[in-house]
Amino acid sequence: MLKRLESRKRKFLALGAAVGVLVLLPPIFPKYVVILMTQSLVYAIVAMSLDLLIGYTNLKSLGHGAFFAIGAYTSAILVTKLHVGFGVSLLSSMGMAAGASALVGLLTLRAAGIYFLLITLAIAMCIWGLLYRWVSLTGGDNGIMDIPRPNLGLGLDLLDTVTFYYFILFFFVVCLILIFLLVRSPFGRTLVGIRDSESRMKVLGFNVWLHKYLALIIAGAFAGLAGNLYSYYNRFVGPGDSDLMQCMEFVLMVSIGGQGTLIGPNIGAFLITFLKNMVSVYTKRYLMILAFVYILTAKYAPEGVIGLLKRFQTRGKLA
Amino acid sequence: MNLPIGEAVRSALECESLTKRFGGLEAVKEVNLRVDAGERRAIIGPNGAGKTTLFSLISGLYPVTSGSIRIFGQDITHVPSHRRTHLGLGRTFQITNLFPTLSVIDNLVMAAIGLKGMKFQMVRPLSTYGEFYDRAGEVLESVGMAEKRWEVAKNLSYGEQRQIEISLALISNPVVLLLDEPTAGLSPADSVMMTEMIHHLDPKITILLIEHNMDVALQVADRITVLHQGGVFAEGSPTEIRNNTRVQEIYFGTED
Amino acid sequence: MMGFLVAQTFNGISYAALLFLLGGGLTLILGVMKVVNIAHGSFYLVGGYIGYVIVRYTGNFYLALSGACIGIGLFGMTMERFFLRGLEGQNLRQMLMTMGIALFFQDLLLLIFEGYPLNLNPPAFCMLELQVGKYSFHVLRLFMIGAAAVIYVILWWFQEKTRAGAILRAAVDNKEIAQGLGINVPFVTMGVFGLGGLLAAIGGVVGCAFTAIYPGLDFELLPLAFVIVIVGGMGSLKGALVGAIIVGLVDNFGRAIFPELSYFTLFAPMVVILALRPIGLFGKE
Repeated sequence: MLKRLESRKRKFLALGAAVGVLVLLPPIFPKYVVILMTQSLVYAIVAMSLDLLIGYTNLKSLGHGAFFAIGAYTSAILVTKLHVGFGVSLLSSMGMAAGASALVGLLTLRAAGIYFLLITLAIAMCIWGLLYRWVSLTGGDNGIMDIPRPNLGLGLDLLDTVTFYYFILFFFVVCLILIFLLVRSPFGRTLVGIRDSESRMKVLGFNVWLHKYLALIIAGAFAGLAGNLYSYYNRFVGPGDSDLMQCMEFVLMVSIGGQGTLIGPNIGAFLITFLKNMVSVYTKRYLMILAFVYILTAKYAPEGVIGLLKRFQTRGKLA
Repeated sequence: MNLPIGEAVRSALECESLTKRFGGLEAVKEVNLRVDAGERRAIIGPNGAGKTTLFSLISGLYPVTSGSIRIFGQDITHVPSHRRTHLGLGRTFQITNLFPTLSVIDNLVMAAIGLKGMKFQMVRPLSTYGEFYDRAGEVLESVGMAEKRWEVAKNLSYGEQRQIEISLALISNPVVLLLDEPTAGLSPADSVMMTEMIHHLDPKITILLIEHNMDVALQVADRITVLHQGGVFAEGSPTEIRNNTRVQEIYFGTED
Repeated sequence: MMGFLVAQTFNGISYAALLFLLGGGLTLILGVMKVVNIAHGSFYLVGGYIGYVIVRYTGNFYLALSGACIGIGLFGMTMERFFLRGLEGQNLRQMLMTMGIALFFQDLLLLIFEGYPLNLNPPAFCMLELQVGKYSFHVLRLFMIGAAAVIYVILWWFQEKTRAGAILRAAVDNKEIAQGLGINVPFVTMGVFGLGGLLAAIGGVVGCAFTAIYPGLDFELLPLAFVIVIVGGMGSLKGALVGAIIVGLVDNFGRAIFPELSYFTLFAPMVVILALRPIGLFGKE
């Protein structure tokens, strides 16, 4: 019992320290680092929500990026065409993404195993295609530009890099706490049970389908929220935000960080975002570098950074 | 648990012409079964006789091709698996099916919340629900494994895992319990412990067990049903079955 | 009206021919290996580029076809042998691996050929038009349909009538049992990847003659390939054919009638199949 409390306390402290660092960072670092961190935080929310599915429920949803994009486009369209306020845009993004998740889930949950992977990816690609081809609504290849930063009426200038960073950080911390609680709640533990043994859960009285379905919707809602924040961050949304590359990148973030841990996907989001952006400064071949990251992660580090750390920890203990 | 009341003597479990076909293969053929309340029924038969398939039909993991299943008169043939648990059906698996990454106590707590509505609760940590940990602790005590509370399930010995298997099923207070080869893979000493454990289960529970080990089956059961190639081959008291030469025949050459 | 129907149907079927080549390989890889092969579009694309280069330097279309087949066949087998061995059953890892390979080749092609769409010249007779009554049919499209039909027949004969085909079918049905029967499964899996690549490569060369190829096309075609496999059923060549025809026709008519919702029209058959028969028209449990 004591061992559990201690490791839990240690995790809390580590998390608290990380959040502390995130809060204190901006003044110290140059502007472009702050901008990258803002982007990382947004992606981290998506990655955490995807980990809920992949790591906690064993639902290998490859198409999660589509719900991120739906959130982003909803916000972009509403803000540029109907000039709605932040609150409306946020709720609409989450609503649309959750709604889409609900519809898509009815189809995808009819499949199991590798079919599920295939179908989630195919549906996400269809959603991408829709966003790409529905030019009158989404601007097609050109996307939607000049999305203004939210006007919160609090006298905050969200065009300022640092101020906007804190704005995003606030939402990130809220999401972190919510997902943290969710994972420890009875519902969250049920998802873990489903991951470990679906058949056992069924004979223990759990409506496995319903739990999975709810997990999909919740994850979709978080992705939509992140998409909403992204649209304000980037001030531009385009089909590139929902294409195959983007969907796979979210999966990579979860894997390289360590699936099934809460921290892992966050690390993954930061790693990949910084990698892509910093490498592209030095070489045009950043996609090739990214390709190597995919290959090396798949071959040597499937359990991610957290997994590797755990392995070194136990090795140290045995020695 | 909503069980119909009224008729004086009602079978705990009744299967009528139960059939399961997989493509061209008939795994379970027109099985008729009637188990009385509180009875201990052993289902035996050579490999491939359809015993585990029968259990999967009764517990709802496979849909039936034809026939019906009733618990205390209530037709559960088309009731989804998780709802059958709510109606009082419990089951263990032949291949140990614990939650490997969870501790023993967490395994049992998971089983405990299976029948509760709060399993959809998303904010309050599960660890604060003391009553489930108490109940889990109770069941652990009753099977004598209290010291293993914090062990991670996959680190337990095989015999211990098999015992936790049964504890998981017991937590939901089943009225009908399906034990799928409880002594499978156990050393003789562990088998004895397991047999003792089964003996000491609440006599009000109706128990069906699949057993490959004839000695265990003959010891524990009130009545034995022999399956062969998907159908009921013979049925009777342990003595009758032990002396049934046809039963001995179908076994020779298939025992490990 | 009739002219529109005939033209669109013809176009749809010829498009389907290409799609069959793309989806056929993928359905085998998915059916036998259970690998979500993100690099499948790369097979098509790299095949097309190989074809382009060969035609540019030799002018010989058939040489280009053979070269692409051999090249991509080897590519597929190498990928399986050196990158996917040891990852059996781990879907996510396989996917990340194939994604990495696909991305690598996409960038490599970008480096070598830059981003311009490229076209190669098919044999001279393909540039003609065939007149039947008041309708004219582009011979290249007829060639595509013919080639796909011939390939389907060859594959069907191979699967149904040869021992190697029986082994393949056994491996699709149940790899473990196949192994237990003494079938050299590693050999089969390598071969399946090679075959899948080969088919896609043919598609790539023909596609390069028919439309154009450019880096990024691989990822654009992948969803189509997936939809074909979903509709037709994993592991079934017949399913791939039927799926390709459905997708080809629906996509073509959809783009002609509702250009804005064309991906939606693609979506529709997939949704219907998923709702009614999640394992696809000819898929096995």
